[in-house]
Amino acid sequence: MVARKSVRQQLRLLPVVPSVLLMLLFLAAPVLWSFHASFTNAALTGRNARNPAWTGLDNYSRLLSDAAFPASVVLTMVFVVASAIVGQNLLGLLIAGLMTRARKSVSTLVGTAVVAAWVLPEIVAAFAAYAYFSNDGTLNQLLGGAGLAGADWLYAFPMVAVVLANTWRGTAFSMLVYRAALADVPRDISEAALMDGAAGWQRLVFITLPLIRSSIATNLMLVTLQTLAVFTLIWVMTAGGPSNASTTLPVLAYQEAFKFGDIGYGTAIASVLIVLGLVFGIAYVRLLKGDRR
Amino acid sequence: MTTAERAARRATHGGVTSPARRSARAPADAALLLIGACFVLPLLWLVFASLDTKAGYQTQLPASASLTNFAAVLTPELLIIPLWNSLLLSGGTATVTLVAAVLAAYPLSRFQSRFNRPFLYSILCGTCLPVTAIMVPVYGLFVQLRLLDSMPATVLFLAATALPMAIWMTKNFMDAVPVSLEEAAWVDGASGLTALRTVVLPLMRQGLGVVFIFVFIQTWGNFFVPFVLLLSPSKQPASVSIFSFFGQHGAIAYGQLAAFSVLYSVPVLVLYVLVARGSAGSFALSGAMKG
Repeated sequence: MVARKSVRQQLRLLPVVPSVLLMLLFLAAPVLWSFHASFTNAALTGRNARNPAWTGLDNYSRLLSDAAFPASVVLTMVFVVASAIVGQNLLGLLIAGLMTRARKSVSTLVGTAVVAAWVLPEIVAAFAAYAYFSNDGTLNQLLGGAGLAGADWLYAFPMVAVVLANTWRGTAFSMLVYRAALADVPRDISEAALMDGAAGWQRLVFITLPLIRSSIATNLMLVTLQTLAVFTLIWVMTAGGPSNASTTLPVLAYQEAFKFGDIGYGTAIASVLIVLGLVFGIAYVRLLKGDRR
Repeated sequence: MTTAERAARRATHGGVTSPARRSARAPADAALLLIGACFVLPLLWLVFASLDTKAGYQTQLPASASLTNFAAVLTPELLIIPLWNSLLLSGGTATVTLVAAVLAAYPLSRFQSRFNRPFLYSILCGTCLPVTAIMVPVYGLFVQLRLLDSMPATVLFLAATALPMAIWMTKNFMDAVPVSLEEAAWVDGASGLTALRTVVLPLMRQGLGVVFIFVFIQTWGNFFVPFVLLLSPSKQPASVSIFSFFGQHGAIAYGQLAAFSVLYSVPVLVLYVLVARGSAGSFALSGAMKG
């Protein structure tokens, strides 16, 4: 009787099987294969493509000795901190905050503009950003109109250009998260503080921010992960150049694996990214679990 | 609180907050409009250039607006086949994802099991996997399995990447359907999957629509995955074929590129508006419990 019951219970889980198979084959297997290949000299073409040899930690020691990798780690951190944690996160919070005070029609209009940049296909957004920052593009047109000297942004300041572009592209997500969070802040509380004479920034720091802190944490985690994975925007705008000045880790992994055909080294970089993603993922799950308690 | 107290409170509120609100409103409006303008500016180029036969990277009102660029890209090779491929990829991925996600969400939502929590938390972890990072190993896997340049395999891979998020969303929508409605079907002798099909799914139509469109939009805009996995031009979606506007010697057909971008973007903009409008009506469900 007991055995039959447990068999029935297991049969109930049968519908989960297609999803599990898909995710095992196309997500878990590549992750495991990536860790495996990073210990070999697998190549895109030639002899090493057919019979890759085990090379132990060679690829990882090369990561540390190759100047391109530490530079790329720094660029990735700059990109994530400047465009996700500062750019998207703070701008999103600012827009959501302004929206609680502004006229509804203005909020709707501006909200649409911010969301449009986010909903567009990434390649279209990347081309629009490329056109905007290119030497004879809109930004220099505007600066020229204001009597300021422009610059060849994509060559002289590639990181500035991609950081601004990614902020433009992704702020909508933070804005939506913070709009929902601010809508849940009870009006009475902030009005009580207002009556007590709290200044605007005091209300923000001591009342509003603590009330939405779990939204802030979730949002920071998610925008960091999304930004860590950005490839298309950078690849279209600068292709990681000039001379690796904007090569973040995804771009570096792509170049090593596909441009130089070194799959082993490319997967070593990919593995570093995957581990980073998993660390953030586990932290995110912990955060949500703690929230429910 | 008595009525008088409430009235008094409302009065003081009126006295204190209202002018403050009104005076805070104008600067907030101005600041928002300024930010909005910054967000619109890069997009203006797309619209103007698409109407301008002599477009460059400058944003300028076309000397004479014409639909020449749109007419020029309106050929099978440039527009129809890429958009059709995008539709196949996105529609296929959204369908596979939705079916698999509904099947997986049903036992997770309805039956208690030791397996539920670890499973849900590991796929939540899966949503954090940077997809761009696994493209190098996925390419290796596809070479080994001889799946490179295969549309069905690309659809299955895209579905796998969309599944973690889709299962979470679907389970949440399903949790909102009261079990009591299904129990009636069970009493009538319906099996779990029959109850799912006849009772649960019709009630979560809207949620299913949201998940489908969410995955569709995501796939429609995806560049990197088809760029790496699909090689022959006849199979490439619009996100990849857009590079055909970059000529051999660096000559770029700006106007046509912009016109193509506009046509390629419109479907997802429309779908997004549909979802954003529809999600306000998801309270319709609670009505099913009354009566």
